[in-house]
Parts: sequence; structure tokens; C-alpha cells
Amino acid sequence: MPRWLAHILVVALVAAGIGLALVRAEYVWNWALVWEYRQRFLQGFGVTIVLSLAALVVSTLVGIVAALLLGSKHALLEAMGRVYVEVIRGTPLLVQLLLGFYVVANAVGLENRYVVGVLVLSLFSGAYMAEIFRGGLAAIPRTQRDSARAIGLTPWQSHRLVILPQAVRIVLPAVAGQFVSLVKDSSLLSVIAVSEFTLAAQEVNSFTYSTLESYLPLAAGYLLLTLPLSALSRLLERRFQYET
Amino acid sequence: MKLEVRDLVQRFGTTTVLDGLGLLTGEVRALVLVGPSGGGKSTLLRILAGLDVPVAGSVAFDGETLPRDETALRAYRRTVGTVFQSYNLFPHLSALENLLLPLIHVHGLSMPEARARVREPLERFQLMAHAHKRPAELSGGQKQRIAILRALVVKPKRLFLDEPTSALDPEMTAEVLEMIGELKTLGTQFVLVTHEMGCARRVADELAFVGDGRVLAHGSPADIIDRCSVPRVRSFFARILP
Repeated sequence: MPRWLAHILVVALVAAGIGLALVRAEYVWNWALVWEYRQRFLQGFGVTIVLSLAALVVSTLVGIVAALLLGSKHALLEAMGRVYVEVIRGTPLLVQLLLGFYVVANAVGLENRYVVGVLVLSLFSGAYMAEIFRGGLAAIPRTQRDSARAIGLTPWQSHRLVILPQAVRIVLPAVAGQFVSLVKDSSLLSVIAVSEFTLAAQEVNSFTYSTLESYLPLAAGYLLLTLPLSALSRLLERRFQYET
Repeated sequence: MKLEVRDLVQRFGTTTVLDGLGLLTGEVRALVLVGPSGGGKSTLLRILAGLDVPVAGSVAFDGETLPRDETALRAYRRTVGTVFQSYNLFPHLSALENLLLPLIHVHGLSMPEARARVREPLERFQLMAHAHKRPAELSGGQKQRIAILRALVVKPKRLFLDEPTSALDPEMTAEVLEMIGELKTLGTQFVLVTHEMGCARRVADELAFVGDGRVLAHGSPADIIDRCSVPRVRSFFARILP
């Protein structure tokens, strides 16, 4: 069976299962009412895209800095990186958002909830990025650094010409996967009233009492963003598959 | 080259790998280091190649003592070439790009100059057909020959070869050893660490037996392999030679 046919078959089976469950629940659909709020959905979708893109860039930078801290020979710097990564990865994003917005941002006088949202999301995702980057650097054999030194490269040249080009290829699939998580995690920004996609669905639901009609488009919208990222991740994985 | 090594000590943690090693050679073109695994051959070679700094002792080639600080050592490494047992080539670059990288980024040649420089050696060693392949597409022997070529095209004063055939099957070993033999004919100076006694016998002007962190015997290949009076050396060759 060709792969695309298998995919369609599985999707059809899952859809049929969900459809059957809905029929048994005797759910009364009211799409017309929700359709009137389509502008609110589109606006939320747009905000989610912009926030995700911003967090994607900032979290990559945060991840690079934290990975450098993790790899530092200086005990204090290494400890800073380690504590950051463990605390962030060990606590819920929900708590980080609430603390970040109502306590930290409030204390430093940062009022723009969109900026705070992007920062907290970036710090959250950056901790995962840091481990991905650190692992990528660690995966490069010692002899590569030896070879770079042996031909007389400076440490900076050795990173630029030898280590980083290889590390980037190693981490790209994992980074693309992390971006998928980041897009979905941005839904939690609704708890600090950032007017993004999930908050839009929550609002429409509370106006119309049409729960499924509000949340099914939400799921479809996230898939629209995450499926291309997953596809990109698999593509990169295939493209850079060369062994040493 | 004339090599003078005096009282060399190297430790990793609490393990002493070189224990006051000394070696004075005559004027040689090819020096071969042999001996048991873990005896200190590779550690010695890394120091000679300027990759590691010994805890104590000194090394001089032709009367010039090797520096101890990294910047000066880097300058020294740019005048010599080193080939390791494996994973020498950069896997994200083609064979040709591997050859061009040091010429362009370390020795300041332009791209056309660098390409002109590598053409003749690639042809001479029958590697032109493989120039555009990535290391993953090359055989083990081809990889090592490209690695030797990369060390060679910068016109180094001498090469350091650290067991360049130990990771290869017999056929590929033969192909790399043939290239090393050719280097000798071309007049390239090198220090070679190897377990291939046939090759050692053919190319070595002098042979040093390194064991227990010292040079236990030193002389012509025949002196060391066939008629050495040191028991440790004799038992080594009695075990490995047919």
C-alpha cells in the first residue's frame, strides 16, 4: 500500500470514530452562530502566528546562550545554565506565565502582556532548545576538534567552519520538533488574557454556548501550523542523513 | 630532520603515560615509532605534532624547541601536518573542500590558487574521480589517503601519522601503505606510528620502540626488529612476528 493511501486511511478511520461518538452524543450543531465570529478567530490566529514567530526567534537565542552556559568550564556559569534549564523544564508553563506576568513583570513595570507572553514562552522553550543544542555539540566526535586544530584553525575558525555546520545539521530535526511544541504551548498565553487563537475560541464559546463548533476550528488551526513544521522536520532529517 | 626529545613526562589524571622519555635521532627523513598499545607512542606523537603540551621535558626539531603556549603552538601546527587513525575528514564537506579548507582559511590562498595546488596531487594519487564525494561515500582507504593529502598540500615541513591504517581492512591498509611508501620516495619527512612491521622496515630510517612510557630501544629497523638485546623488545617481536 502506498504511504499516502495509508495516511488517508488512518485519518478516515479516526474521523469516522470521532463522528460516531458525536452521533451517539446526540450533539446539536450550530455552526451558523459561530460563523458570525469568524473575524475573531482569524484575528486570534494571526496573533498566534506572530507570537509564535517572535518566540521562535527569541527562544533560539535564549537556547544558544543557555547552551553556552551549560558547556562553560566556569563552575558558576555552568551552574547558572543548569539551574535555569532544570527549573524551567521541571515546572508547568502555566505557573511560569502567572508568576512572570503578575509578579515579575509587575515588579519591573512591564505592562505589555504580549511582550511578557513572548518572553516567558521564549524562556520556557529556550530551556529545551539549550539541551538540544548542547546535545548537538556533544555529538561531534573529539577527533573533529583535533583535526581542526591539527590543520591550524583558530578556535573561532574551528567552530565556524567545522563544529557549527555539523551541529546545526544534527539539531535541526529536534529544533523543528521543539517549534511544533512552542506553537501549541502559545495557547496557554490565554491565561494572561493575551488575545490569541485559544482565547478567541474560549470567548466564542462563552458567547454562543457552542463548544465543539468553537474548539474544533481551534484544533484545525493549530494543525495548519504544526503539520508543515513536522513535515519540514522530517525533510531535514532525511536531507542531512550522512554518517561520518 | 633531527629530533631531540629530553625527559618527556605526560600524565592524564593520575596515570603517567610518558615517564621521562628521551630520544636523540640522527639526520632522518622517516622516523617510525612502534611498540605495545598503551605504551605511549600516540601520546608522544601528539606532543611532537604540537597538539598536546607535556607536563615536563622538551622537544626540538632541527634544534628548534617546541613552544608551550597555544598561540605559538598553533603557528607551529601550521608548518606541519597530522593524520589520525580515523575521522580526519570533515563529514559535511566534499573531499575536495576538505583539501581546500586549510589552504584558504589557514594559508591564505585564493580559491583558484588553492584549486590549482590540489589538482596535481589528486591526480598523482588517483583520487581525482573521488574529489566531489562526501567522506561518507568514500572507502576507508580513500578517506585516509585524502586525509594524508590534506596534510600534504599545505607543503608542511613534516607529517605526523598516528596509526593511519589501524582502522582499515588489509586491502585498504595496502593502499594507504603504498601511498606512505611513495611519500618516502618523494622525499617527504614524516614520523609514523604503526603496527605494520613490514611497512616500518621498508620506510624507516630509524625505528624507536616505545613501551612503558620510555624509548626502550632505538636504531635501524633491522637492529630493533631482528637483533635487539632488550628482553621487553625481543618478546614483543617474538609474539607478533611469524
